[in-house]
Amino acid sequence: MYAQMVKSTGKGIKPREEMSAQERAFQDRVDADERIEPRDWMPDGYRQNLIRQIGQHAHSEIVGQLPEGNWITRAPTLQRKMILLAKVQDEAGHGLYLYAAAETLGVSRDDLTEDLLSGRMKYSSIFNYPTLTWADIGAVGWLVDGAAIMNQVPLQRTSYGPYARAMVRICKEESFHQRQGYDIMMKMAQGTEAQHRMAQDALNRFWYPSLMMFGPSDTESVHSAQSMAWKIKIDTNDGLRQKFVDQTVPQAEYLGLTVPDENLKWNEKRGHYDFSQPDWDEFFDVLRGNGPCNTDRLGARRNAWEDGAWVREGLLAHARKKAARKTAAE
Amino acid sequence: MAGNDKDALLNFLLRMGDSALILGHRVSEWCGHSPVLEEDIALANTALDLIGQTQLWLEYAAEIQGEGNSADDLAFLRDAWDFRNFLLAELPNGDFGRTMMRQFLFDAWASILLPRLAQSSDPRVAEIAAKAAKEAAYHLERSADTVVGLGDGTAESHDRMQAALDYLYPYVGEMFLSDEGDAALAAAGVAPDPASLRNEYDALLKRVMNEATLELPDTRFTHSGGRDGRMHTEHLGHLLCSMQWLQRAYPGSTW
Ligand SMILES: [Fe+2]
Ligand SMILES: [Fe+2]
Repeated sequence: MYAQMVKSTGKGIKPREEMSAQERAFQDRVDADERIEPRDWMPDGYRQNLIRQIGQHAHSEIVGQLPEGNWITRAPTLQRKMILLAKVQDEAGHGLYLYAAAETLGVSRDDLTEDLLSGRMKYSSIFNYPTLTWADIGAVGWLVDGAAIMNQVPLQRTSYGPYARAMVRICKEESFHQRQGYDIMMKMAQGTEAQHRMAQDALNRFWYPSLMMFGPSDTESVHSAQSMAWKIKIDTNDGLRQKFVDQTVPQAEYLGLTVPDENLKWNEKRGHYDFSQPDWDEFFDVLRGNGPCNTDRLGARRNAWEDGAWVREGLLAHARKKAARKTAAE
Repeated sequence: MAGNDKDALLNFLLRMGDSALILGHRVSEWCGHSPVLEEDIALANTALDLIGQTQLWLEYAAEIQGEGNSADDLAFLRDAWDFRNFLLAELPNGDFGRTMMRQFLFDAWASILLPRLAQSSDPRVAEIAAKAAKEAAYHLERSADTVVGLGDGTAESHDRMQAALDYLYPYVGEMFLSDEGDAALAAAGVAPDPASLRNEYDALLKRVMNEATLELPDTRFTHSGGRDGRMHTEHLGHLLCSMQWLQRAYPGSTW
């Protein structure tokens, strides 16, 4: 997802007998679906787990601006240009909400940014794939935002109050993102032959990377088990992936496009589609920094940060001068 | 409408629409690359407003032109010599400081012109301008704040802003040039004579640059050629190359 393979304590769920009274009371509140707020006591593992997840999610929103931003200057109509600008602007806003949620856990936005740039923190693997044609912008909205919605809707019920509330605001905007993407795909798939070809090619390239967004199967993961007990994570990766496939395949059919999976078949007995797993070696390669765009994406963020240093310092210096002048006048 | 009046109005609408389009395009180049997240959002917002204004101005321009074009046709299928934007709008972004200085110099002009246009004798112009004026006022507030903040910030930010002003100032005068068409529009109450806005503009600039501790160049020289299409900079062609690519490469497609 936007947060993939987030580490928890690494020890699996702590048995109740081993919990302190404080930890037990905390787990009871989580179990009763009470919201944990910044001032409440929380286990350190819970705090660290959340910082990693929210931070990774925030970075994904920010880096996620780049593949779509790549087409803003080439959008084919004024209307499309405006829609895409509004969409990418929303993603920056999502980053802002999420950094603010992370800050309530005692970590600053600048610290998180440094962690992203140094490679200590990750962002979603999906944004390391290139957008090569205009149809890719449709595919990103349709598939990538579609997958994001799958994950984010349940996170509105996550146990940490500021994170859950950020998710509520974000989810409100995401359905517009997916709709505009599907609308582009529709125009392309039903357009000229060249447009149709672009649409099919975009689906071919984005299908498996979209399935990877949910992360590898985590039924065996000690990290996921603890995250789920704390309700930082709500569904399993496989569960969400299945839901995504079930929802997306009929949409592809409606577009007249072919999902690039020979094993894709409706399974009457399961009431779900059977489908092929993505190439998980490729996924781990991308996470290690070897995706097609990792170097460029991080390079772009690093340039923005480094080239912008004089701006941040200048504005800060001015704010200090202004405050000093105000104090002097009082 | 007599032929001359029609030409004058069309030129005026293209100037408004093209300036908003080209500047909006330039600003949108920042998306995802700004120094601060809040600035990224603000710049995208400015670009969005400008492209929105473009649509309104060019739609009306296409109607007046009467050749069955749409706003998109005008934006994506004209070549550089038919564009009527101010040269200021097409200049490359440079660093963040130059982008914000260019924005301020443009916003200051727009914020003086648009409220007057909102009183235009042409109801359509008045309607578009009334909407755009609100946006311009907001843009000006932001860009002026940034110019002051960076001008009166660190030594480095000050020097960069002064360099931006020195580079851009020779393009300011084009926004206040007038020709016969402008005189006709002014006489008909459609739009004020551009030259008549200069004093107010100078006063605004003086005030903001003073606060920003920046020095206005002591020159009235101005580059021109954008507003009448006589001579654009070399930069416009490259901008159009990316902006018009899809429409040119796949003519007749629906997007
Ligand atoms: Fe988002
Ligand atoms: Fe989104």
